[in-house]
Amino acid sequence: MNDQPAIVIRDLHKRFGDLQVLKGVSLTANAGEVIAIIGGSGSGKSTLLRCINMLEHPTSGHIAIQGEAYAMRPSRAGGLQPADRRQVQRIRAQLGMVFQNFNLWPHRTVLENVTEAPVHVLGVPRDQAIARARQVLERVGLGEKLQTYPVHLSGGQQQRAAIARVLAIDPLAILFDEPTSALDPELVGEVLGVIRDLADEGRTMVLVTHEMAFARDVASRVIYLRDGRIEEEGTPEQLFGDPQSAHLKQFIRSVM
Amino acid sequence: MENPTLLRRMMMPHRLIMAAMALAGLVAIIATMQWDWLPAALPRLWQGLQVTLAMLAGSVVTGFMLALPLALFQVMGPSPLRWLSLGFCTVIRGTPLLLQLWLFYFGLGALFAQFPEIRESWAWPYLRQAWPYGFLALTLSFAAYQGEVMRGAFTGVPHGELEAARAVGMSPWLVFRRVWFPRALHRALPTLSGEIILQLKSTPLIATITVTDLYAVTTRIRQTTLLTYEPLLLLVAIYLCLSAILIVGLRWLENRIPTGR
Repeated sequence: MNDQPAIVIRDLHKRFGDLQVLKGVSLTANAGEVIAIIGGSGSGKSTLLRCINMLEHPTSGHIAIQGEAYAMRPSRAGGLQPADRRQVQRIRAQLGMVFQNFNLWPHRTVLENVTEAPVHVLGVPRDQAIARARQVLERVGLGEKLQTYPVHLSGGQQQRAAIARVLAIDPLAILFDEPTSALDPELVGEVLGVIRDLADEGRTMVLVTHEMAFARDVASRVIYLRDGRIEEEGTPEQLFGDPQSAHLKQFIRSVM
Repeated sequence: MENPTLLRRMMMPHRLIMAAMALAGLVAIIATMQWDWLPAALPRLWQGLQVTLAMLAGSVVTGFMLALPLALFQVMGPSPLRWLSLGFCTVIRGTPLLLQLWLFYFGLGALFAQFPEIRESWAWPYLRQAWPYGFLALTLSFAAYQGEVMRGAFTGVPHGELEAARAVGMSPWLVFRRVWFPRALHRALPTLSGEIILQLKSTPLIATITVTDLYAVTTRIRQTTLLTYEPLLLLVAIYLCLSAILIVGLRWLENRIPTGR
């Protein structure tokens, strides 16, 4: 690969109708960094994350993945839209995304969920994809559930299968959108354990989360988003140990 | 594991009494009614059955393929096609199939005959027969009903599953082929089964435009034998069997994937 940062975001704006959700966010994620994005509801955390793989189209701003900027053109709604669909598909295939609601495909078994993208998007031969899928499912502790349908898994197992689905494409960065918010409290630990392993392995990750203790523990950098802007940014020690902004102090008090 | 409980359920007293009554009815029907015409009629019945099944299968398959664009246009547009599809489904679903059948056969059929270009074309040998009009009416009817079902099924697939497909880099066509369509189809299967049974029971209408399906054959048998009930009872039995086979087959298909809707 090259030594470009994994993700570069510059002056990102996003508007939904009259609602200004992101008001100029800039952010760089270098290879191996784990960036935790925290903030109250409606602060634009998820929107920011979803712009990185173009599930949301920014109103203005610049996004580049591994040095390759998305080609954008003006949309009819007054914002931007991708100019090259194939480029977006190619970049998405290098990014993994883990959703709050797992979003496994329920008509396919766990194994089929994991081999789907390698086989049908990346064109990996099926037997290789299956071998790789077994390996990543083993890693997330689902080696026994290959032929199970998602509906027969617990929430924690489903989310671990979703993480395996992402690992199967060996992404250059993984985006986590509140991966534990939909889980019963007793199932949160098993999913966080898997994410922690990935962090220790040196994977590049951007993590939107409400688990402050976890963010503090795992992140190399924490970003506090408030009202569409980065209000404070730094190491977990700085942000949680010595918050500067009054809002962040208030926020930390309210959630920890 | 399933069988002992099934057997025990079948041995319940009320079940036994009902089974005995059904058996007695069957014996009475065979013993007291007149069935000597049956062996000679079998070849004709077999032909009629083939026509019925061909009409059913043909109109279901073709109708379903028409239903997909009808549903997708209504879900995704573009606007003119959305309105066109909606209008088509509304008109077809809002009028009796019998009326459509007659309009196609007596209307279109008579219209075509007026043009020498059509009368001399390769299609005329088909267009002068009755079955293409029956097939057309059945197909369009099935397409309209199924278009409505698939519209609902497509909209009902959770957005997140499609988003997950896009997020791994699938093209819109791949998202459709691998996730959206199979999910919608699976959600629509129970309704689809019902529609296919309804379609089976609509096929006798084509006898009114001289297509010799199972019902038309039976009617002729009644006219030649002067029997009232026997051919009709046989018809009931055949349609029941066909429905039962369809129901079992489609349920098997549904149960293959446990999605817990």
